[in-house]
Amino acid sequence: MNASGDLHAIELTVNGAAVRTEVPGRLTLADFLRDRLRLTGTHLGCEHGVCGACTVVVDGASVRSCLMLAVQADGSNVLTVEGLAESGKLSSLQEAFRAHHALQCGFCTPGLLMTAHAFIEETPDPTVDDVRLAVSGNICRCTGYLPIVEAILSAARARKHGQL
Amino acid sequence: MNAFSSPAGIKDGKSVGRPVPRLEDERFLTGRGCFIDDMQIDGMAHAAISRSTHAHARIVAIDASAALALPGVIAVVTAADIADYPGEIPIRLGPLPGFQRFLQRPLASGVVRFVGEPVVLLVAESRQIAEDALELLSIDYKPLKPVVSTNEALADRSIIHEKAGTNLASSYRVTDGGDIDEAFANADYTHKETFRCHRQTAVPMETRGLLAHFYPNGSPYRLRVWGASKVTFFNRQALANLIRLPKEEIELIEVDVGGSFGARGEFYPEDFLIPLAAMRLGRPVKWIEDRREHLMATNHSREVECDLEIALKRDGTILGLRGWIRTDMGAYIRTNGGVVPSKAAQFIPGPYHIPSLWFEVQALITNKTPIGTFRGPGMFEGNFFRERLLDIAAADLGLSPLEIRLRNLIKSTEMPYRAPQLVPHELSDSYDSGDYIAALRHALDTIGYDRLLEKCGADETIRYGVGIACYVESTGAGPSEIARLTLSRNGRVTVNIGISASGQGHETIFAQIAADELSVAPQDVAVAHGSTSLVEHSYGTFHSRGAVMGGNAVLLAARKLRETLLTLASRRLNVGEEELELRDGSIYAVRDSGAALMSFAALVAVAREIEPGIVNGDGAIEITAKFKQKIKTFGYGTHVAHVAVDIETGKIDVLRYIVVEDIGNPINPLITHGQVIGGAVQGIGSVFLDEIVYDADGQLLTGSLADYLVATSTEFPHVEAVSLNLSPSTLNPLGVKGAGEGGIVATGAALANAVAHALAPLGVKITALPLNPNNIRRILRDAGH
Repeated sequence: MNASGDLHAIELTVNGAAVRTEVPGRLTLADFLRDRLRLTGTHLGCEHGVCGACTVVVDGASVRSCLMLAVQADGSNVLTVEGLAESGKLSSLQEAFRAHHALQCGFCTPGLLMTAHAFIEETPDPTVDDVRLAVSGNICRCTGYLPIVEAILSAARARKHGQL
Repeated sequence: MNAFSSPAGIKDGKSVGRPVPRLEDERFLTGRGCFIDDMQIDGMAHAAISRSTHAHARIVAIDASAALALPGVIAVVTAADIADYPGEIPIRLGPLPGFQRFLQRPLASGVVRFVGEPVVLLVAESRQIAEDALELLSIDYKPLKPVVSTNEALADRSIIHEKAGTNLASSYRVTDGGDIDEAFANADYTHKETFRCHRQTAVPMETRGLLAHFYPNGSPYRLRVWGASKVTFFNRQALANLIRLPKEEIELIEVDVGGSFGARGEFYPEDFLIPLAAMRLGRPVKWIEDRREHLMATNHSREVECDLEIALKRDGTILGLRGWIRTDMGAYIRTNGGVVPSKAAQFIPGPYHIPSLWFEVQALITNKTPIGTFRGPGMFEGNFFRERLLDIAAADLGLSPLEIRLRNLIKSTEMPYRAPQLVPHELSDSYDSGDYIAALRHALDTIGYDRLLEKCGADETIRYGVGIACYVESTGAGPSEIARLTLSRNGRVTVNIGISASGQGHETIFAQIAADELSVAPQDVAVAHGSTSLVEHSYGTFHSRGAVMGGNAVLLAARKLRETLLTLASRRLNVGEEELELRDGSIYAVRDSGAALMSFAALVAVAREIEPGIVNGDGAIEITAKFKQKIKTFGYGTHVAHVAVDIETGKIDVLRYIVVEDIGNPINPLITHGQVIGGAVQGIGSVFLDEIVYDADGQLLTGSLADYLVATSTEFPHVEAVSLNLSPSTLNPLGVKGAGEGGIVATGAALANAVAHALAPLGVKITALPLNPNNIRRILRDAGH
């Protein structure tokens, strides 16, 4: 019941920076990132694990930060949307979202970017169906998904060709 | 990307008409957007709301003592605590006679009338404590008989608002054109059908939220509320009236908004309660709606039934149309008033010439969440009713869906066409411009209609069908909009506008419009929008009016600024205005490739010397313009759907979906294309997936996104949008029509026609939405399949 009691020490890496702190057992990873670290790019759209807006990458895997407790992230490496651009330059995935008009209101965008980021790392040469399936757990009410799928495909292709 | 028709009249070097990537994107892509829950103010407290768990009940007692005893709980507010406030939330649009009896107070007083109605406001040191404390509230209810359908409402056996004495909130009859009885008497064929559109809600990805702060000695603002959107100026006035402060002392501030689609940004109970809590407690108070609350407390929409009857000549010429429309308004009449029922009636005639029209419209109160707007309100429903009936009638007369439409569509030579006058007390409208038949033909050519018809038929268990739906859509609601352009001492251009944004790309399109007039790049124009302190007044963002009204206001202000700059430069340089031009943020001699004569910044610096009084207190040149237009401009188009129905499972695949739309001159084809595709997928999803469901006790069964299903990325990937530019609006200098709703308004109609076409050989009729597997299988089973 008491939000301030029941504290647990955790150590983790967030966007490359070491974080060492104490958190209540019931604090979600999403609330930890947003309220404690002020990384408010991670959004909460449903708080019951369906919409995907809160997706972050934990040790290379995309996870719903509303369904994970901050204590469970102890010892992990966490990447959020704030960590995607490198020294102020948008990543190729972020650039592709802009070029394809893959965002309108922008609320679901961080979750989609993080899902797509982890997906492209795992699946460097995806088909269009692979991409559709990969983001099927992220709800977007604005775009109809078509430009999102195009953007992710084009980012994957650009990344692959860049490596050749 | 799909091909856009190339907009006519776009000059080199101009950005209007070009697919300029959006200026607002970068902050959203990097997590630097600022949505309401991203805001924190020192000393901020957190509110949570206890909502009715009953559809209809008397509140016997509220005991908050245990909640108040929880450490960290600051205050509890019930209806008794705010009894001395005027209280009722006003109607913004569509006031119909009788509606005043059914307005909602911010907290339920005596009786709760829907599951989710606010009963107690609780404020605590954290959101967690506030939510814990809700569990400790003891509210004693005595259940009353719930009313969960329009039939039950009409029976008046259980009265929801005792003082009103009836559940019929309003009712009117309206007629246009010739005598309707005569039309039916002279018809070769008449047919009547009952249609039903299901209850839906818009589901923006960001739930509602507010942060309010009261400054007792503040000047000029004593009350600031962040999280406003859509209609900030109306909401400020409503709040001023309810909370008893002069509106000049209240500032409503728009931050980034995660979608609206009509639902978000209306004045809700919380828009009074959260500012009130901040005033009473002397601390900033924040409230963020959770998704379950959102699905039960934010406006629902679309629940309309209609008995629709058509009178035709043998050749398919329509003589008359009459309908009886019943809308389930839910428990209260909210800000959107009678928009849904009256627009359903208004848009039943659609893009067709129909000599006689007659409608009866009933708005009924039930124990459900109140109805408001969802993208294309009333139009989605009206199009479905009419287009479905046209196909049924055509089949009876041995005509094709194409023949009956070509026979009756309004012709381009008849433009402007007097629109039927079907909404009480509304201004007369005209369909201003358009070639409805060209849009239909373009859609059929795009999908290869004739070839598809040949291929329609059946595999073993899969039936194929094609459906057409034509529509006309009102956009650009007036009466006016203001834009203010500022050219600062450092040469920066800023646009101030009262139009709110929730994903439409307003920052980009308003920058494009101003940039073209001033011959600078769009990224050199900053756009500030939505908040009540930026301009004197705004009617806000609804009815696809942002680009039409706001865009043209920006154009007028930018033109005035351009003229002002040329005049000032001419006087300073002692050169005729016609010998000067603006280019890249500077004044040049016309067609001179040499150096600039002076930069904008340099001109602003000396402006005071040229014309005393031309600069404001900040030393900037400031120009304000108002665009006035009371008459709406009408978009139109055709949707075509190709579907495959699995008759064993009832599952439907959308093999291809085409939207052909004419919105006049698109300001940014990247954005308008996104609006159409996004709207279409939202609508297609709503035909197959979205459905608000209540049980017989009025309990909401779809209180999570695992129960209320919306489209995801795998379901409807074959959607295409084609933008025609056949008929720029004649009612505004940009020649634009609203682009936000055309993608959605005919989805129910086209898909229902396609499914009906697929299943016609099985002898089943499609007259109700949604077309989910349960409903399709039930219809097939009832027909013996």
